Parts: sequence; structure tokens; C-alpha cells
Amino acid sequence: MNKRKIIGISLYIFFIALPIYWLVMMSFKSNDEILSTLSYWPQNFTFDNYINIFTDSSWYMGYINSMIYVILNVIITLLTALPAAYAFSRYRFLGDKPLFFWLLTNKMAPPAVFLLPFFQLYSSVGLFDTHIAVALAHCLFSVPLAVWILEGFMSGVPTEIDETAYIDGYSFPRFFIKIFLPMIRSAIGVTAFFSFMFSWVELLMARTLTSVEAKPIGAIMTRTIGGEGVDWGLLAAAGVLTIIPGCLVVWFVRDHIAKGFALGRV
Amino acid sequence: MSLTLKNISRVVNGETYIDNANITFAPGSFNVLLGRTLAGKTSLMRLIAGLDKPDQGKILMDGTDVTGIPVQKRNISMVYQQFINYPNLSVFENIASPLRIAGVKDTEINKRVSEVAEMLHIEQFLQRLPLELSGGQQQRTAMARALIKKGSLILFDEPLVNLDYKLREELRFELRELFKTQNTIAIYASTEPNEALALGGVTTLLHEGRIIQTGPVNDVYSFPNSIESAELFSEPPINIINGVVDGSKVTISSGTSFSFHEELGEISSGEYNFGIRPHHITMSQQNDDDIALDLTVDVAEISGSETYLHMAGHRISLVAQLAGVHAFHSDVPVRVYLPINKLYVFNTQGKMIQAPHYLIGRESKTSSQGVTHG
Repeated sequence: MNKRKIIGISLYIFFIALPIYWLVMMSFKSNDEILSTLSYWPQNFTFDNYINIFTDSSWYMGYINSMIYVILNVIITLLTALPAAYAFSRYRFLGDKPLFFWLLTNKMAPPAVFLLPFFQLYSSVGLFDTHIAVALAHCLFSVPLAVWILEGFMSGVPTEIDETAYIDGYSFPRFFIKIFLPMIRSAIGVTAFFSFMFSWVELLMARTLTSVEAKPIGAIMTRTIGGEGVDWGLLAAAGVLTIIPGCLVVWFVRDHIAKGFALGRV
Repeated sequence: MSLTLKNISRVVNGETYIDNANITFAPGSFNVLLGRTLAGKTSLMRLIAGLDKPDQGKILMDGTDVTGIPVQKRNISMVYQQFINYPNLSVFENIASPLRIAGVKDTEINKRVSEVAEMLHIEQFLQRLPLELSGGQQQRTAMARALIKKGSLILFDEPLVNLDYKLREELRFELRELFKTQNTIAIYASTEPNEALALGGVTTLLHEGRIIQTGPVNDVYSFPNSIESAELFSEPPINIINGVVDGSKVTISSGTSFSFHEELGEISSGEYNFGIRPHHITMSQQNDDDIALDLTVDVAEISGSETYLHMAGHRISLVAQLAGVHAFHSDVPVRVYLPINKLYVFNTQGKMIQAPHYLIGRESKTSSQGVTHG
């Protein structure tokens, strides 16, 4: 590698990493230090901010709530999108193409459009402030994307494999679980990742559809302005903890994502 | 166990894929479905397998109607043109898959898999994944899976097309040997006349969704019932020359005439089509009564160790198949000879009315089942 390349890449990484670096540094500083001086490294290194979060249930419950509805969302998305994508990739039926397109158009509307109907509907059927409410609302966006990604992968599997399995004597459910799903496990990984990330970072719906019981971490973070002003250090620590699950998921599905980019519709 | 198709038709979006097919496959027979691309070979096989439903007609196995029975319960196997294996299962599991579903005991599975794998020379690859094998080995795996079932019917849909020439010859030979001892009906689809001849057995010619002729391979080859059959079952296609028979004199469209012979049999005066196979045309006179034609070379194609010489002139064009590699320049005049005793005579509707004289009396004893069509 020549010098210019090294300088270029270093600059690139520097600019990308700078905000994250700043966030992590802030989370180990006290509020006084954050507000008083410009320091590139914590002068009084402290874990207080993290200890605060892990001991205060109004903080850590936010993470638990978020995890619950995100995981619910991923499960529901996969359970509905897998059969739907299989149908779209294998069968021609009345209105299949318009239906597929309509699924995609759901992604084009901003979430804010659906706030009012969801809020009113969930309030009237008693789903307001539950984890499943947020998970279902997020499905409106994650299912179409999942169907679209999975359909692309499934169409890449020759139908002759399905037929060979039937000829061998497989029933449909057995073929689907034992032969077909393992063949598209990259696609399932990619789909799970996108559903997870969408649901994890989505704030507007999650905040509006919850009040106490299922309040997500994102909503808690926006309500940290207390009597003595903004608690900068605590907020930074919460931010760091919010990034971690995303990093973990990316780490686990990185190979699948690379394959997904090469093969399908990511 | 025998397989009978009765008035089978299939129409998709107004397009006829299979038009009223009637045929019986005898128990333990090796059958070749010969037809060009889009002739309906795959469609017919899918109907036989039960992957598609016919719009009309019945499929009978040993006299029992199986038309509505799902493919899982048909006890058949199929090998596709593409190499179809389960990519996430090892070669062993791929081959064992039909037995596993049927609930066969492990010891029995091990025994049968190693038997079949040995037969197809893939015993050293059993622990690998299919995609780690070469194309030929992948197709052998697919064939092993089809054979291990010992079903009543095996369908081969152009299984060797995607393999290289050498491998194709080898596998074709092995396949033929394998089926000499099997008690299964094998149906093999092919686009190549030479492959059908090499495989032998019973040949069925398929053209535009219709079965136009069926019978033992040599009969179908030697006694095509129509120009269509003759063209389909000869590579390069048979040459057709128009001619008029007037009493004892025959005048072909080039203006050349030759005298009528007892070798041509009894044909009444009128217009006819005469057929001559490319490999019967010679560059030197063999018999006194050979028809000599002066033509001009169009192009000479080399195919393997043979030369296909395309010639034209006097309102006829011919292809001659010559042994050996020859160089011809375009637009050079050539004289070729057509032996009269090797001429087929077709009427103007294309139906064969007279086989060449040299073949008379050579029909095999199991006479060809003539297939009528509308």
C-alpha cells in the first residue's frame, strides 16, 4: 500500500470514528469535566454513569423493554415473511404482482403517517403500552422489507430442488424446514439483521405507543433533562450501551451480509 | 409394471404443450423421447411424473389410474438437465434422502448407498458436499439418488447435456449398461438423434407436442412414417427433393430424370418427395444407375471427423455427410451421386409410402407400433 492510500484511509477512519470516540470518552467523564474543559481523555476516569444506569430500574428497564419488542418483531417478521416470500417466489396467483408492489409501497410512507391510527387503534383494543404493540407496529415496515429480501434469495433457488424433494417423498413442511430453510440461511440472517436494526433504532412509534410499562431506551434518553439541566455523562453512557447490541448483531451476521450483497436484494 | 398415457393433453395460456398423447411404456423398457427444443419432452415428463396435471386424459400405471395421485406417492425418480442436489447435505445424505423419508433402517441405507455409489464411481466423495464436486460427479450424485429408490419409473430429462463430450459418452454408456439389469421403466429425453441411436431401446419422436412415431430405435430410424420423423431422426436432416413420376420416368426438380425401376416399387404417376440421407450421398459413382447431380458448393462444415458439404443448384439444395475432413472452396462445381436404392418416397402430404429398397425385409420382429395422429 502506498503512502497516499494510507493517509486517505486514516483520514476516513478518523472522521468516521470521531463522534463515536467522543461519545465513549464523555461516558467516562463527570458532568463538570464535560462542561468545563476541552479534554481528549478523561481526567478523572469514572464508571459512575454506567453504575447509575445499571442500578436504576427506570434506566435498565428501557433496555429490557427495547430488547423484548425488537426480538418479538424479528420473530414475527420471519414467521410471516418466510411463507409469504416463498409464495411470491414460487406461485403465480391472482394479483401477485400488484400485491408485491403494494407491500413495497408500505415502506415509502413515513412512520409518522401511521402514528395516529396506531395510537387510536391500540388504545381502543387495550394494546397501548405493551411490547407486542410496538413489535406489531414495526412489522408494518419490517415485513415488506423482509419479504422483498427473502423473495430475491428464494427465486435464486431452482424450483427443481423443490420438485426433487417431492419426488423423493418429502411433504411440503418437511421439505421447507429440512431442505429449503438451510439453503437460504444467509438470507434469513440478513433479514433478521435488517428487522432488528430497524426496530432497534426506530423511536417515533416506540415512544408514542408506550408510556410506562414498555417504554424503550430511546424514549428514556430523550427525557433526561432534569432539574439540574442535562446529565451529559449519563446520556453518553446510555448512548454507548445503545450502540453495543447493533455492533454485536453486525458482528454475527457480517459474513451473511457480505453474501447477501453479492447474491440478493440487500 | 407398465405405464400408459391415454389422450393426454396439456394447454398453458392457450398454447398447446402436449397434444393428445397416447403411448404405452412396457415394463423394464428403456425409452428415448427424441424431439427438438420446445417439442414438449419436458412437459410430457412432468405430466408422467405428476409434477403437472394434464388438462385431459389419464395416466395409468399397471392399469390403475394415477392421474390425480400426488408426486410423493408415485414411487418415481427424476434426473434433471441441471445438476440438482441438496447443497446443504453431504453426498451420502443426498443419495440416502429417498430412503430416509421412507424410513428405511440405517444399516440398510448404508449398504444401499455404498452399492449405488460404487456403481456410479462416486464412493470416495460420499462425505463431501455436492458443490465441492465436478459437474459430472454432481450429476452422478443426482443419478445415484434416482437409482437408489428402485422405483417403478425413472425419468431422465436431458441429463448429459451440461457435461463435456467425453464425460457424456462415458456416462451414456454406463447408463445403458445399468439399465440392462434394472426392472424399471426408464424414459430418457434427448435432442440428439445420435444419442437416441447410441442408447437404443424404444424411441418415441415428439414434434410440436405430438407423438409422431414410436417403436424400436432401428425401426423408427429406418422406417420413418413421415418427412417430419425422418428430419427429426437424422443429423444433419434428411434431404428432400421434389419429383414427378410419370409412368416409368421420374423427373426431379433439378430437371434431371432417371428411369423408373422395380427398386422404387409400385408407385403411381404424380408428384412425390424423395428423401435421401446425407451419408448416402457419394462423391464417386458406386452403381451404374446412381443419379448424378452437378451442383455448386455452398459451404463445408467440419463436425468431428466428418464433413458436412452443403451444395445448391438447379432449384435443389443438398447436404452430404462425408467421412474424413475435406476442404472445399465455395462456389466450386461438384458432382455427387445419389443411389436409387436408398431413396425414400414420401407423398406430397409428407407421409412415407415407400422405404428404400435396400431396407426391405429388415424390419425387426417386434414390429413398430404405428401411431396415428390427426
